[in-house]
Amino acid sequence: MRMIFTNIESVPGKTVVEHMGLVQGSTVRAKHVGRDFMASLKNLVGGELKGYTELLQDSREEAMNRMAEQAQKMGANAIVNIRFATSSVAQGAAELFVYGTAVRIE
Amino acid sequence: MDIILQYPDLFIFLFLVCLGYGAGTWVEKRHYASIKAREEQFLNLPVVTGSKGFFDRPIEKSVLVSGNVVVSIDYFKRLLAILRNIFGGPVKSYESLVDRARREAILRMKDTASQLGADIIVNLRLETAAIGQNANRKRQIGSVEVIAYGTALIYRDT
Repeated sequence: MRMIFTNIESVPGKTVVEHMGLVQGSTVRAKHVGRDFMASLKNLVGGELKGYTELLQDSREEAMNRMAEQAQKMGANAIVNIRFATSSVAQGAAELFVYGTAVRIE
Repeated sequence: MDIILQYPDLFIFLFLVCLGYGAGTWVEKRHYASIKAREEQFLNLPVVTGSKGFFDRPIEKSVLVSGNVVVSIDYFKRLLAILRNIFGGPVKSYESLVDRARREAILRMKDTASQLGADIIVNLRLETAAIGQNANRKRQIGSVEVIAYGTALIYRDT
C-alpha cells in the first residue's frame, strides 16, 4: 500500500489508530561545476535558475523517500504534519530537511 | 578607444551594470506577465492557510503538493542593494525578487494540484532560503529559493 502524505494533523476521511512518533529525512547537496558556471552567468541578468530548481526538487524527493522508508519500518501507512526546512550548511551546499509524524490509519 | 584600453575594469563594470539593468528589467517584466496570466487561470482553485472547516464534505483523497523555484537577482539590482546597505532604508530591489519567487512557487504548487483534480489546497506553508554562492555571506543575497506546500483535497462527487 502506498504511503499517504499530508501536512495537516490528520488524514481526512480516515481515522488515526496509532501514533508511531517522529520520522525525518535529510540530504545535503552541492551542485556540479557546469551548473554553477551557468548559474553565475544567470546571476548577471537575474531570473529563474532552472538547474538549481531541479536540483533542490530532486533532493527534496530523496529526503521524502528516506522519511517514508523510516516510516515503513515502523509499520506506519501515513505521515501527517509534514514540514520542510532548508539551510545552507556550507558555501555551495544546501541541506534539505523534511520531518513529520508517522501514523497508522484505517 | 584609448580610454577603454586605459580603464578596462571600469568598462567591464559599466557593461555589466547596463546588461543587468536592461536584461534584468526585461526578464522581470516577462515573468510578471506570465505570473499574472497563470494566476487568472487558477482562480477557481482556492488556497488557504488554515486547515479547519474543510472536512465536512466527503473526501476522496488528500495529497501533499509542493512547488519550488530558485530566482536570482540581476547585477544592477544587486549593486543597488549593496548601496542600500550603506545608507539603510527599504531595499526595494529585493522586494520584487521575493514577491516573484513566492508567487511562482504557489503557481507551481497549484499546477501540480490541478493535474490531480484537486478542489482546494489547505494548510499552505511557505519556506524561504538563501542559496547559492553567496548564501553564507551575510550582506549579499544572490538568489532565493521558495518552496510552497500544502495538502490538496479532492472531494467526492455527490
